[in-house]
Amino acid sequence: MFELPSGAEIQGIIASVTASVGFFIPEIYLSVLFMLLIVIDLVAKGRKNNLLSITTLLGLAGTLFFIYQQNALPAGELFFGMYVLDKFALFFKYFFVLSGMLAVIVTMSDEQFEREVKSMGEYYALIVSMVIGMIMMASSADLLMIFLSMELVSFTAYILTGYFKRNHRSSEAALKYLVYGAVSSGLMVYGFSLIYGLTAQTNLLKISMSLAAHGYDPLVMILATLFVLAGIGYKIGAVPFHFWSPDVYEGAPTPITALLSVASKAAGVALLMRFYYIAVPHNVKSYEDILGIDWHTLLMLLSVASMIYGNVVALWQKNVKRLLAYSSIAHAGYLLLSIIVLDELGTQATLFYLLSYLLMNFGAFYVVILIANKTGSENLEDYRGLGKTMPIAGAALTVFLVSLVGLPPTVGFIGKLMIFSALLSKGSLYMWLALIGIMTSVISLYYYMLIPLNMYLRESGNGSDAKSMNPGMIAQVLMSVLMFLTIYFGLFFAPLSDFARYSSSLFGITLH
Amino acid sequence: MEHLAPIGLNHYLTISAILLGLGLFAVMTRKNAIVILMGVELILNAANINFLAFSKYNGGMEGVMFSLFVIVLAAAEAAIALAVVINIYKLFKSVDVSSIDTMKE
Repeated sequence: MFELPSGAEIQGIIASVTASVGFFIPEIYLSVLFMLLIVIDLVAKGRKNNLLSITTLLGLAGTLFFIYQQNALPAGELFFGMYVLDKFALFFKYFFVLSGMLAVIVTMSDEQFEREVKSMGEYYALIVSMVIGMIMMASSADLLMIFLSMELVSFTAYILTGYFKRNHRSSEAALKYLVYGAVSSGLMVYGFSLIYGLTAQTNLLKISMSLAAHGYDPLVMILATLFVLAGIGYKIGAVPFHFWSPDVYEGAPTPITALLSVASKAAGVALLMRFYYIAVPHNVKSYEDILGIDWHTLLMLLSVASMIYGNVVALWQKNVKRLLAYSSIAHAGYLLLSIIVLDELGTQATLFYLLSYLLMNFGAFYVVILIANKTGSENLEDYRGLGKTMPIAGAALTVFLVSLVGLPPTVGFIGKLMIFSALLSKGSLYMWLALIGIMTSVISLYYYMLIPLNMYLRESGNGSDAKSMNPGMIAQVLMSVLMFLTIYFGLFFAPLSDFARYSSSLFGITLH
Repeated sequence: MEHLAPIGLNHYLTISAILLGLGLFAVMTRKNAIVILMGVELILNAANINFLAFSKYNGGMEGVMFSLFVIVLAAAEAAIALAVVINIYKLFKSVDVSSIDTMKE
């Protein structure tokens, strides 16, 4: 049935692959870094120093240079349409490498690692491998590549979540993450198989063309849509695919929680945008049949449900990590809002919001770690009086939380403003979505502000002395830098928004 | 046996739909973590059958490739999953997912 290719064809294939490799340098470099870290760990076994973390940090910083070089390359397909290189993918390459670096920095100051595990061993290598996976997720243009990269991210995330082997909560989180992850990725593959059956294609662009040209069976399509959304929705943690996230965020090592809530979510968002923008045919009449359910409506439902559920359930949380988990569900809802708009302004708003989320969420988790280092607790009750004993941490956490609410003069405010203005630029069509977004932001004000309330206005029960609460010089500098950036980009946001605008071009589609 | 229809695409799709249903049923009703993972394998293999059947009937090679990758990743996933489950068993002395619930709502 299948004919073997001739010699000339094989030579053509090899030439095409070698030509593509030149566009693949950051990923190759990261893979080398991954293996290097394993070798270093084997050679320098048992020594408790910062060798591994510093190597990872420098290695990731080196990646930024290679990614910067790719700016000069033209947008195009690589490896027979498996992979694309465009401004949008470049944005996410920067984003994931930066968040990987932040995760390493945050890990270095987390004292829980010293208590729980003997050696850091493969931890940093796994972070690098997760970064590779996320970069590939943002650049995949083929169902097979999407599946492979998503599984790479998931598998490393399962191991990292359960990294504290002797810790009950960490192991439980890993099990829950794994069960939900395995089921949703299985469903997603089933959805992919249905799409493949409908179109006989696995490339996103060709799927879109085939769907638009030949039409499709609406019932099968809605099934495939639901299955694929289950996979992607699980990655971005949107309702109703969110069940894993509170437990996983609470149980996982805090740097991994930060990485999951920012980078893994961003990878899901990148994938969703590419899939929704390119593979789903727009402006096709026949798409809006069966009960009026289509991608557009489903995304709106997901977004509204996430915003309401995340913000309302967070009101009752007593554990700060768990509270931030529910807040991250709500933020998935806000991110979905600007994807729904489906134009350049919406893309720009999403990218900007992700950047602001990187700053404020990593900052918030960083302070949570520093406080847990000193008090050994993540409970809201134990934050009492910390405003006096840890002044800089208290101030920084307050700034990050104000930014998460979306109040000026922080970067979170600009992000929300851009999302809502992208919605309102379409006239009154999305007015109700913007209203729900604004109202749920008001709800979120209550639970975010509970933390500063406890820190500043309530006295701590035990009168611990102020000197023991100093988190250390480096930590204070880093915290202040993140706090400064959160405010600085809230006032002078032009560089970030220009960068987001510059990055909003996807290969294979022109947005208006 | 002449009254039976020749095996066609629909037969494969029906089998795969049944496998998917059984897999989902196992995932939703079972408490044992290992049985849940078996359910996941059923779901993945349902997708594999779909890919192979579609590949056979539309003449492309992509479906075969895809199912090969799915098999490999399913093996990797099983390895990680069993490692996690063994660790859970060491800590909790049980693999019953409903009893592993130290974090409350």
